[in-house]
Amino acid sequence: MVEYRIDRRSGVATYVQIVQQTKQALRLGLLEPGDKLPTAREVVEATAINPNTVLKAYRELEREGLVEARRGLGTFVRRALSTAPADSPLRTELDAWAVRAREAGLDRDDVDALFTSVLETHFEPDTHIRPDTHMQPDTHIKGDES
Amino acid sequence: MTETAIEAAALGRKFGRHRKVALDDCSFRLPAGRVCAVVGPNGAGKSTLLSLAAGLLRPTDGTITILGTTPAAARERLAYVAQDKPLHPQLTVADTLRLGRELNPRRWDARVAERIVAEGDLTADAKIRTLSGGQRTRVALALALGKRPELLLLDEPMADLDPLARHQLMAALMADAAEHGTTVVMSSHVVAELDGACDHLLLLGAGRIRLAGPLDDLLAAHRLVTGRADDSLDPHTVVESRTTGRQLTALVRPDGPLGDGWQTTAPTLEELVLAHLRAPEAPALRLDSAREAAV
Repeated sequence: MVEYRIDRRSGVATYVQIVQQTKQALRLGLLEPGDKLPTAREVVEATAINPNTVLKAYRELEREGLVEARRGLGTFVRRALSTAPADSPLRTELDAWAVRAREAGLDRDDVDALFTSVLETHFEPDTHIRPDTHMQPDTHIKGDES
Repeated sequence: MTETAIEAAALGRKFGRHRKVALDDCSFRLPAGRVCAVVGPNGAGKSTLLSLAAGLLRPTDGTITILGTTPAAARERLAYVAQDKPLHPQLTVADTLRLGRELNPRRWDARVAERIVAEGDLTADAKIRTLSGGQRTRVALALALGKRPELLLLDEPMADLDPLARHQLMAALMADAAEHGTTVVMSSHVVAELDGACDHLLLLGAGRIRLAGPLDDLLAAHRLVTGRADDSLDPHTVVESRTTGRQLTALVRPDGPLGDGWQTTAPTLEELVLAHLRAPEAPALRLDSAREAAV
């Protein structure tokens, strides 16, 4: 089971926050195929947000094939979202790079800014910062389909 | 279940010998199952509108239809919590809940009412007059939700609650809406308190409807734009604009694509409401398609 944290000041639409946090839980393995998502009632009791927002988020996750609604039973995880495994070459390279960045005197914010700027040159712009009307389908990170 | 919770047609209400207008020519439609924010400055007509919906006031013009019938005929299916949370001061909390049970014999849900009271750390034998404003609000909401209404009308419900109680009660309201599909109408002049909880908006100003419709649609119909002051925003509808030096900032309703010279973002609920309050002359916008839907 996951617990959602809603940040009302983030400028990110509430349903997008639920979608993102569910995906994050899937990537981290906190949610696995077969697991049940909390019911709309459980989510709104904890967060005081509108129930239709939760349903909208669950529909979006369903549209992306990550969860399925089973009538009268709830919403269940269909497949996992795996990122590059912990011991992958990509991670090792990134790890070594972070060590070098630190040795070069960069602090966490510098690294974050640098990483974000590199991300932006290689990937589609992120749509979750103050989304314009509707969320575009995410560009999945490689490895999502495994 | 009725499809439409509230439908107003040219609804108006005047008060007193001088026929002071509190509400004028209001038409809107609220579908059932929504959580609707009624927002507007003091004196905009929010309380008048809720009293008309509850059947405590009669319209002087036009009509208001509640759950497909008149407010009087719908009374058993609606609950209304007035701004001053009127309760009997000499009754205890337990007596008040018993009153709710006996006045609503077919509908009363003791479990719901008792849970809301219990969350507030209230003793059952405390008299209402000894309670704080926030505790009184809690009892009033317990009474309203215990009735298991199809339509819940709340006038400034959160005004005297501390942040924790506000969160608990909003959560209880949302849980009820999730479980039973209750339509909730809440008035407030604090927009931030409604953000996230509401999916439908009625913005009132000077007794008239300024904005009405699903919140997402209303937000999507507007853009905050920044550009050069000498560029034209035609043919778009400008709700409000400000010029600082060479820069122009405006809230617009785009009519087709905005030109390349404009930097645009989606407004937040608060930005949308504030821009309309600062610009009382901006045209009203209704996205609830009352007439078409009624046919």
